[in-house]
Amino acid sequence: MSEDVVGGKVGKGLQSLSTFGAGTSRLEVLAIIATAVIVIGGLELVLRWFEVPHYILPPPSAIVAALWTDFPLILPHLGYTLVVLLSGFAIGAGIGLILAAVITQFPFAEKIIAPYILILVTTPMLALVPLLILWFGFGYEPRIIAVALATGPMVMINSATGFRRVDANKIALARSYGASTLQIFWKVRAPMALPMILVGLMIGAIFGLLTAVGAEMVGGGFGLGNRLTTYSSMIRMPQFFGVVLILSLLGILIYVIFFLIGKKWTSWET
Amino acid sequence: MTQGDAGGTKLAVKAATKRYGDFHALKDCSLDIGANSVVSIVGPSGCGKTTLLWAMSGLNPLTSGEVLLDGTPIDRPRPEVGLVFQEANLLPWRNLMDNILFPFEIKRQQPDRAWIDHLLDRVSLKGFEKSFPNELSGGMQQRGSIVRALSLQPSVLLMDEPFGALDAFTREEMNQLVEEIWLETKTTIVFITHSIEEALFLSDQVVVLTPRPGRVLNVYDVPFERPRTMEIMASKEVFDLTNQIKADIYGQQIAGRAAAE
Repeated sequence: MSEDVVGGKVGKGLQSLSTFGAGTSRLEVLAIIATAVIVIGGLELVLRWFEVPHYILPPPSAIVAALWTDFPLILPHLGYTLVVLLSGFAIGAGIGLILAAVITQFPFAEKIIAPYILILVTTPMLALVPLLILWFGFGYEPRIIAVALATGPMVMINSATGFRRVDANKIALARSYGASTLQIFWKVRAPMALPMILVGLMIGAIFGLLTAVGAEMVGGGFGLGNRLTTYSSMIRMPQFFGVVLILSLLGILIYVIFFLIGKKWTSWET
Repeated sequence: MTQGDAGGTKLAVKAATKRYGDFHALKDCSLDIGANSVVSIVGPSGCGKTTLLWAMSGLNPLTSGEVLLDGTPIDRPRPEVGLVFQEANLLPWRNLMDNILFPFEIKRQQPDRAWIDHLLDRVSLKGFEKSFPNELSGGMQQRGSIVRALSLQPSVLLMDEPFGALDAFTREEMNQLVEEIWLETKTTIVFITHSIEEALFLSDQVVVLTPRPGRVLNVYDVPFERPRTMEIMASKEVFDLTNQIKADIYGQQIAGRAAAE
């Protein structure tokens, strides 16, 4: 079985996920479950034994109970966050992909634009949220724009690396059969760039999630980020941690989706 | 009946010159390649072998001079010319069959399935149609790329050191395969190689190129019958030819070194 590219490039920590499921023996499954029980159960016992107040750190059982009872109240906010994340991601990733595909065809223009893209990648787009709120108010717009700004450059810089991966022999092969520039793009350059595009999309989506939650914390009365600030100001820490749990599950879901896409479409790359 | 059946010139290289800046990869290089013959081009590194082959493929135009295919100049890739690269050059994201169908996709043509099936059978790749390149050995990949090149039934097959990356045993098998394919199709083959043994086994003619600037030094006829058996390949005639070609190549290298000093 060839190593998955997305899994391989995202770092060792996440990579362990790729060993989960595939080829895991019964003993390993048992060990994983036992560890989880010990960690979560141990945390529960320690917090209860020392009678740590819930507003400092609630025990896992209280978090689960709060999630269970308050989930109907949190669910709409999950929806708002997903709307922000998905629309911002779609806009940012779309523009980033197209720009990467076009700009890599013109190395001269690429050199001139590269520093600006780098600035966009390295600047936390969260910093612009107060300004965006000033411009667009407390609705969806500033959040979606912030997510798009966080996602786009990340997708662009990684996809551009993919599109720049030119194998002259493969292009010569296509040309020897009389392929047009467009055919070369779709049948050679794009598939060759796909592994890096997927890496860009995944990192972009995770940055998008960070930015969406951050933007919701800064302004407006809805979204999971807003719930975090609301619950902490109300000192309802079990609910607060419930929202944190939902956010980490969202992050893992993003990883798993791209991991599965990568496994299906880029397993040819060893 | 070693030289082509139909006779006549298939490919004519006329005063081919290719300059990269001040460097002459080829200079006034002329060569006729008979129809249905196998011609090998040998020479030290940097003698312009690959430049010459790519000029024949229409992918890399000459600075001056021309290559004629059946009398018409090659100025762009032509469907009658098949190309086999140094590495198998299969597209790694496509399985073997999709790789073989790639030319038909580009040309928006219906593939001749029966012919492709026959070729796959010929190179013992039946049953591997769904395999991806990274699941195939180097020899299998190169056999696949030969099927891809032959699938369009070209009248000329250009091979650029196709077996250089393979081990010696696989290489011999591949040479026999090329011979068998030639015996069946009589496709004109231009074959670039570093191996004199390979050149003599496969060719009707061996062309020795000199480097800096690249031009034709000698053309040797290899008048042995096919299929070429171990006895033929071990004969004194082959031994003598090998030594002559070696003398040509090493002679140039010594002369080149002397000139450089």
